[in-house]
Amino acid sequence: MSVVAARTGSRLGRWLVSGPPTLYLIVFFAVPSLIMVLASFRTPGEFGGLAPLVEEGKLDLNLESYARFFSESVYAQIFLKSFWYALLTTLLCLALAYPLASLIARSSKRYRDLLLLLVILPFWSNFLIRVYAWMIILGPNAALAKTVNGVLAWFGHEPVPLLFSAFAVLVCLVYVHLPFMVLPLYANLEKHDLALLDAAQDLGANAWQRFWRITFPLSLPGVYAGAALVFIPAFGIFAIPDILGGPDDSLIGNVIKQQFLETRDWPFGSVLSIVLTVTALVLAGLAAWVARRNLGAPSSAKESRA
Amino acid sequence: MALLEIQNVTRRFGDFTAVDNVSIDIDAGEFFTLLGPSGCGKTTLLRMIAGFDLPDGGRILLNGEDLVERPPERRPMRMVFQSYALFPHMTVEGNVAFPLQMARTPAAEIPAKVESALEDVRLTGFGKRYPHELSGGQKQRVAIGRALVTHPSVLLLDEPLAALDAKLREEMQIELINLQKEVGITFVYVTHDQTEALALSHRIAVMNKGRVEQLDEPSKIYGFPKTRFVADFIGHINLLSGSVSERRDGVVTIDVAGLGAVRVATGSQPAVGSRGTIALRPEKIHIGAKTPSDSADNQCRGTVAELLYMGDVTVYKVATPGDTRIEALLANSQSGRAKFFEVGDAVEVSWAVDAGHFIEE
Repeated sequence: MSVVAARTGSRLGRWLVSGPPTLYLIVFFAVPSLIMVLASFRTPGEFGGLAPLVEEGKLDLNLESYARFFSESVYAQIFLKSFWYALLTTLLCLALAYPLASLIARSSKRYRDLLLLLVILPFWSNFLIRVYAWMIILGPNAALAKTVNGVLAWFGHEPVPLLFSAFAVLVCLVYVHLPFMVLPLYANLEKHDLALLDAAQDLGANAWQRFWRITFPLSLPGVYAGAALVFIPAFGIFAIPDILGGPDDSLIGNVIKQQFLETRDWPFGSVLSIVLTVTALVLAGLAAWVARRNLGAPSSAKESRA
Repeated sequence: MALLEIQNVTRRFGDFTAVDNVSIDIDAGEFFTLLGPSGCGKTTLLRMIAGFDLPDGGRILLNGEDLVERPPERRPMRMVFQSYALFPHMTVEGNVAFPLQMARTPAAEIPAKVESALEDVRLTGFGKRYPHELSGGQKQRVAIGRALVTHPSVLLLDEPLAALDAKLREEMQIELINLQKEVGITFVYVTHDQTEALALSHRIAVMNKGRVEQLDEPSKIYGFPKTRFVADFIGHINLLSGSVSERRDGVVTIDVAGLGAVRVATGSQPAVGSRGTIALRPEKIHIGAKTPSDSADNQCRGTVAELLYMGDVTVYKVATPGDTRIEALLANSQSGRAKFFEVGDAVEVSWAVDAGHFIEE
C-alpha cells in the first residue's frame, strides 16, 4: 500500500471512530440547543407554542422573554432556592458517600463487588417508582411519621407532616443522587496507595491528620467529579418536588416544565432553560478550575504513577 | 544498655510463625542490618519495631521503655519505605516539612530545618518540585530527608535501594554510609541483598524462617558462617560435607564423597565420625595447570566444566573425577590475557588447610 493510500485509510478509520459520536452530539445536543436558543427570542403563540417566525414580511425576534426574566425577581429567587437545594443535596451526598466509598474501597475483594452491586441496585427499578415509594415511607400513616410525631408529642410539639415538604424533597434528592457520589469517590479511593497512610502515621500524623492531610486532598478529583454528577441534575430536577414537595417547594425545573406544558409559554421556558444550562456550565467550569488549582501540578493520572 | 532491645519477639500469622523468638540488642549510632531471603521475617520484625504490627510474644524496648503502648506516630523512629511513599500532592518541601508540622514545630523554624535536611541528602534547590518530577534516586533521598528532619533516634529502612538500578544503588550505598556517619542516627536496615548488607553494616543479623541464624560483623558473617544456611546465603561458596575421620592439632580430616579426604583447620572439637561441612570460598581456591611446587594441603585434579567471565574475575566450575563440582575464582589481573582456561581444560585445584571454614552439624 502506498503512503498516500495508508494515510487515506487511517483518515477514513478516524472518521468511522469519531463520526457517530460527533453525529450523535450534533443531532441530540447541538441542534436542540440551537432550537431552544432560537425559541427564546420568539413570541409565544396565541394558543401556546410559538407565533410564526416571519409575520407580514418581518422577522419576529425579540428580547421580551429575557426582559421578563430579569424584571420579575420571583424567577431569580427560585433559581437561588434551586441552587441551595442542589448545594445542600451535594454536601449531604458527600457526607454520606465518603464513609461508604471508603468502606467499600477498603473491604476485601469478595465483599467489594457485592457492596458496589448494592449501591447500583436502585438503578434496576424505575426512577419514578422509587420516588413514589418515598410517598409511602414518609406518608402520615407510615411508621416513620408516627414515630417522629410520637416523639414530638412527648415534647409537647404539634405533629408535623413529613410528606409534601422541603424535608421530603431533600431526603429524596439525596437518596436518588447518592450513587452518583459514591461511584466516583470509590473509583478514586480504591486507587490510593496505603503506604502513604503508613508513612504519614510513621511521620507523626494521627488518624484525623492522616485523613485531612493525605486521604482527603488526594480524593479531591473524585469529590469534584461526584459533586458535578450530583449538583447538575439536582439543580434542574422537577419530578421529585412535583411528587413529594408542597406548594412552596417548586424548584426551577418545575417552573420550566410549567412553562412548556401548562402555561405553554415556550420562549420563556427556553429562557429559563438557557439560564439553567449556562449556570450549570459556569459552575462546572469553576469547579474544574478550582480543582486544578488546588491539586497543584500533579493530575490524577500522575498521582497514580507516583 | 543498648538503645533498641528486641527481647524474645514472636509473631504468628495463623499457623505460620513469621518471627520466632528473636532477641537482638542494637546500640546507639549503629548501622544494623536484618538480612535474609524473602519471607524470613525481617520486614515483619521491622514493622513491629516501627509499631505497625505488635508482637504476639516478647518485648521491644527503646532506651529501656517498652514500646507496646505506643502507636507508630508516637514512636521516635522513622521508616523509609521501599516504595518511598512520598505524598504526591505535596512538593519536596511539603513532604519534608510534614513531620515537622505533625510535631508542632513553630512555623518560623520549619523552612530552615527543611533546607538543612535537603542539604543533608544533597537536594538543595529541589524544594519546589513535585515527587513525579524526580528520578528514583532523588525520590529516595527525599524519603530519607523527610525521615531524618526531626532527628529521630532510630531510622528504619525497608529495602530502600531495591527499586534503583545497580549503578545508582552503589552510589546510594556510599551516600548512606556517609549520611549515617554524619547524622549519627541508628540505622536498622532490611535487605535481602547480601552484598549490600556486607558493604553497609556494622553488624548483620542473618535471618531464616523467622529466626536469627547468625549475628555478627560483616567479615565474620562472610568468613566464618556458623551454619550451612548462612554460608550458602552469603556470597558464593563450596560446601563440602562428610564425616570426620581424623582430628589432630586443630586440623580435622573429612571424608567427602566424590572428593576424598579434605583437611581443614578449625577451633572446634568435632568427634571422629560426626558429620560436618567445609565452607570454602571460591576466591580462596587456587586453580592452575599444575599444583604449585610448595605442595598445598588439599588438591585435586579436574576439568573445567563451565566458566563465567565476569570482567574483573572469571568463575570456573571444575568437575572432579568423583563428579563433585568445585567453584574457583580467578582475578583477570594479568595484562593481555582475558581468560586463563577454556571449558574442557585439565586443571588442578588446591587450597590451604586454613582456607576453608568448618561447620559442625
